[in-house]
Amino acid sequence: MTTKYTEGEPIRDTKAPAGPIEDRWEKRKFNAKLVNPANKRKLNVIVIGTGLAGGSAAATLGELGYNVKSFCYQDTPRRAHSIAAQGGINAAKNYRGDGDSTYRLFYDTVKGGDFRARESNVYRLAQVSVNIIDQAVAQGVPFAREYGGLLDTRSFGGAQVSRTFYARGQTGQQLLLGAYQALERQIAAGTVEMHTRHEMLDLIVSDGRARGVIVRDMVTGEIERHVADAVVLASGGYGNVFFLSTNAKGCNTTAIWRAHRRGAMFANPCYTQIHPTCIPVSGEYQSKLTLMSESLRNDGRVWVPVKAGDDRPVSQIPEDERDYYLERIYPAFGNLVPRDIASRAAKNVCDEGRGVGPGGLGVYLDFADAIRRLGRDAVEKKYGNLFEMYERITGEDPYTQPMRIYPAVHYTMGGLWVDYDLQSTIPGLFVIGEANFSDHGANRLGASALMQGLADGYFVLPTTIGDYLANGPYGEVDEEAVAEAEIAVREKINKLLSNNGDRTADSYHRELGKIMWEYCGMERTEESLRKALERIPELREEFWKNVKVSGEADELNQALERAGRVGDFFDLAELMCIDALHRTESCGGHFRAESQDADGEALRDDDNFAYVAAWEYGEQGPVLHKEDLDYEYVKMSQRSYK
Amino acid sequence: MGMNLTLKVWRQKGPEDKGRMVTYRVEDVSPDMSFLEMLDVLNERLILEGDDPVAFDHDCREGICGMCGMVINGVAHGEQVATTTCQLHMRHFEDNAVITVEPWRAAPFPVVKDLVVDRSAFDRIIQAGGFISVPAGSAPDAHSVPVKKVDADAAFDAATCIGCGACVAACPNGSASLFTAAKITHLSLLPQGQPERDSRAKAMVEQMDAEGFGGCTNTGECTAVCPKGIPLDTIAQMNRDYLKASK
Repeated sequence: MTTKYTEGEPIRDTKAPAGPIEDRWEKRKFNAKLVNPANKRKLNVIVIGTGLAGGSAAATLGELGYNVKSFCYQDTPRRAHSIAAQGGINAAKNYRGDGDSTYRLFYDTVKGGDFRARESNVYRLAQVSVNIIDQAVAQGVPFAREYGGLLDTRSFGGAQVSRTFYARGQTGQQLLLGAYQALERQIAAGTVEMHTRHEMLDLIVSDGRARGVIVRDMVTGEIERHVADAVVLASGGYGNVFFLSTNAKGCNTTAIWRAHRRGAMFANPCYTQIHPTCIPVSGEYQSKLTLMSESLRNDGRVWVPVKAGDDRPVSQIPEDERDYYLERIYPAFGNLVPRDIASRAAKNVCDEGRGVGPGGLGVYLDFADAIRRLGRDAVEKKYGNLFEMYERITGEDPYTQPMRIYPAVHYTMGGLWVDYDLQSTIPGLFVIGEANFSDHGANRLGASALMQGLADGYFVLPTTIGDYLANGPYGEVDEEAVAEAEIAVREKINKLLSNNGDRTADSYHRELGKIMWEYCGMERTEESLRKALERIPELREEFWKNVKVSGEADELNQALERAGRVGDFFDLAELMCIDALHRTESCGGHFRAESQDADGEALRDDDNFAYVAAWEYGEQGPVLHKEDLDYEYVKMSQRSYK
Repeated sequence: MGMNLTLKVWRQKGPEDKGRMVTYRVEDVSPDMSFLEMLDVLNERLILEGDDPVAFDHDCREGICGMCGMVINGVAHGEQVATTTCQLHMRHFEDNAVITVEPWRAAPFPVVKDLVVDRSAFDRIIQAGGFISVPAGSAPDAHSVPVKKVDADAAFDAATCIGCGACVAACPNGSASLFTAAKITHLSLLPQGQPERDSRAKAMVEQMDAEGFGGCTNTGECTAVCPKGIPLDTIAQMNRDYLKASK
């Protein structure tokens, strides 16, 4: 059993400038070295992934004049999973005059993250948030507007101001298409070379610097090497380690995991966000879970029957036999409590036998009051496409009967460790968007993922990477390093294809996902995590001996693609459990049953765990490096949404 | 009790292969499965039998990324209105049904393998002008230009196109007019889109023609199969803008 880890040197310098928090980003921008426009053409940057972070970064780097190569596994950059974000994007515009400010968005994000995020980074995120809205509007993103022609906003979980900008229930789509169009403009201009249907399988490190990637052309199967002066990973989160999640089917951990194997530290891998409002699982064949935007909690009321085992139809359950448990337990925030709290509350009522729908794994999200109050038309205007989506999947009409929802894995706050410049522990390797760990602490607030992805891609990375590139070009790449990475990739592919076992990669993935959901999901205990750490290595060993992959290496082979990704998920799953086991406190999305207060709320242990856990890969087990978190501005307190 | 189905699926090794329909039996299908989940079940079996699984594009499986798409019983994305293939559920099929499954068929969308086609022509149409030129950091305050709500809403309706290509697959002429018109309309309706309005319409239409897509004869099949219901009158808007720009 590999529950063992060793502890290494703490991380002391995150490269955040000192001084008043509101001046730090200005200071960093001013101190960052600039690259002469004529030299930018000679500098090559690789960007992996074309979601909000990668797409906006590649476009912006192209606009600045760098030579960019962009890679995505889909058939076009417009498909990255940012496209599925529904609810909206936060920005501290204070267009409502309701008391919002940069400081308040900063404060809400630090508090929402349960005091496990870096103040400097979060403050910068709040500062930059306003520029994102300006940028998107100028690109033609059709945000919702009011009759006066100004932008509409709504409120979202974890906040008491209305700062979320939205485009019906398709905000992620509209923002991504904005970034995609900017990217296509650069492709036409010749500054960005696009490689679709290519998957990164390893990172090339030469003389201690990230210098390129090994990718597989997913159509021809050709293994290609691409070198550059810097590499940017924007490959998204790793929620699919649970098999069932709201991520797209193709989302995977391979890019960041391979970088981790090459020396990039992995921070807080156990911080997983479980989203409270997803459509419940309907059967064993289920391939993914679908999220219903949390914005639904603005007008929908969450309830279960008061009595356990009450299986009467909704119409026969009188009002006084319904328990609107979020409103009851958290009167101040009601249905708008942060995601982790709403998810656990749903699990608790289901554990009490009060869940609804198949297997008792669901709670109602009821719009009857909203329809009475606002009228069906108004509700349809706000949520029409979400209601349609629900109806299509379940065959039930949410206008006439409450939706059934249940929590599902949605987002991973953990990711590769980065400093204030978004640079990992490998010089020249930058990590942005969900792939890094930086801004959300132990829990991300709703409508903040889009904000972070675009903040990183449009505004932060293009400045900070310049400081690194100003010392380039970095010269020849060590041929041996390239060959070694390429051989490793080929060997893995050959191994998978020559196995001839009797189980598919998906069936192993599904089993791994069940282990993770059961033992490292919404609630974790020492016992459950030890069990997971026993079973994961066993299953992984069986996988490598017994997985069956049909087809050849030199063709479009989707079975091979999946098997390779599942192999990396096993290793990541183990690290997640080790991280979850070592962090004996509860915080945000990481709930250790041993650490809760009398009301069953997550209980942090600031004396022992107010740090970022950055894990270094080691052949003899992971090595933990702690980055202490200091809170100079927001006073650490136990979160309360009551 | 599950459903039993007969699938006739287009199999094609690669662009050079002639391709053919192959019949498969899929048993015990749950009505709550999505169409793609039903294909997953078939593929799991094919892999274990050492056969090549049916290659198909898919990603988000929630109807928004636009990656999936197949012609089911002769209709792009199947007969369910305003629905992508991933959101089509088996409850809409009869037990013992025979279902044909084919790729998008259009010359500018060559088959890569089985049900996977190359839609990169769409990206090149966007490259020709489907954007507003505004480098990061150069934007004025978002409230500096108010936009009429009706215009913003209409722009949004056009902007919801997911670029799946069903419009092309359904059109008897293999026209990409609905796709191209959706982007032209989206940007034409907004004040921010005005400076490049003429050049955009001209360049995008010309690129669409250069890719080998057919012309529009107002058949309306495109909008009938469009998962996002992009309205046909966007094509009128495109033609207006193109004519004006060509003067």
